[in-house]
Amino acid sequence: MSFIPAPISRFFHRTASPPHFYTLADKLLPWLTVLFLLLLIPGLYGGLVMAPADYQQGDSYRIIYIHVPAAWMSLFIYVLMAVMGGIALVWRMKLAEVMLISSAPIGAGFTLVALVTGSLWGKPMWGTWWVWDARLTSELILLFLYLGVTSLYGAIEDKRSAARAVSILALVGVVNIPIIHYSVEWWNTLHQGPTVSKMDKPSIHISMLIPLLLMAGAFKVYYAIAVLQAAKLELIKREPSAQWVKNLLEQNA
Amino acid sequence: MKPHRKQRLLLIGLMLIGIGLAATFALKAFNENLMYFFSTTDVAEGKAPRDALFRLGGMVVKGSVERPGADLLVRFKLSDFSKEVTVEYSGILPDLFREGQGIVAMGRLDGRGVFVAEEVLAKHDENYMPPEVADSLKKAPEAE
Repeated sequence: MSFIPAPISRFFHRTASPPHFYTLADKLLPWLTVLFLLLLIPGLYGGLVMAPADYQQGDSYRIIYIHVPAAWMSLFIYVLMAVMGGIALVWRMKLAEVMLISSAPIGAGFTLVALVTGSLWGKPMWGTWWVWDARLTSELILLFLYLGVTSLYGAIEDKRSAARAVSILALVGVVNIPIIHYSVEWWNTLHQGPTVSKMDKPSIHISMLIPLLLMAGAFKVYYAIAVLQAAKLELIKREPSAQWVKNLLEQNA
Repeated sequence: MKPHRKQRLLLIGLMLIGIGLAATFALKAFNENLMYFFSTTDVAEGKAPRDALFRLGGMVVKGSVERPGADLLVRFKLSDFSKEVTVEYSGILPDLFREGQGIVAMGRLDGRGVFVAEEVLAKHDENYMPPEVADSLKKAPEAE
């Protein structure tokens, strides 16, 4: 008995076959690029030019248009990686392994951006580059988890068993995600509490919120573009002598 | 779903629950150390360490900031809306330091019960708004 309807299951199996995924990614990429620019340009213009200065921080607060979307993405990508890891372990789906391993460097990049921009903002606003409070420390651990996933994958020669080890690491590390998110509520931290995801209305003015959401959308689409490109490359690296790769080379020749 | 897949799914589920529980217990055990700072009520109730460096957080009480000398010494009161603690600090204050703002100070209690800070960090709140909105919010309670 299966709780997934047959047509959906069929769709997944077809999409997950490497040649089908490769051509699908090729078709999607130009559209995603257009969407990315459509979100990024108004987001940046709205955030850096149109949005008013903050009543306390003046123009310094504008770092949130990079910092906050990057931090959201660092959590989002890790959860996605854990889900992929679960799928890879249970269904042994090759594409899930490829997506997991292709996501890790991108997630590490977003985490680094969040840490660096936060540090640059922290010096003038808090009076320090870095403090070991629960939010900052758990985000730093997230960076090490991403780097750990990439290095573990690189360290094991056989890529199928490497993918299995990496899937388990991704699943174990997911316990850090709720800790990062709730750290500012569970403990006294120097980092402020959540602004947008509060249960009542967000404590950010609407004129500042709209560019922030546009930037968050742009970062999501950027991730999709980056991960599809990385996954395409990883698929070819995995099966360099497969028939579909040969066909592809002949097409392009 | 095939039985061996169901088994693997179950195994992953159990693993996640196990790790979650382990993390919860570990965090509970380290709860005190994960607090970046003590509140002023903790100090008033004697929960904060004596003769040791610790961090104290709270709101700067409005109208309590004074500079007794010509040097950099600043004296102000910190509050968490129930207990107040007097803080002395000699140095440059961060941009966001102002009355009514949350701050975190690192230092120790002296014999008088005054917290002598070696470092003062501003704690930023989660509100973002244009200055005009902040002004109108300030005026609103006065109009009532």
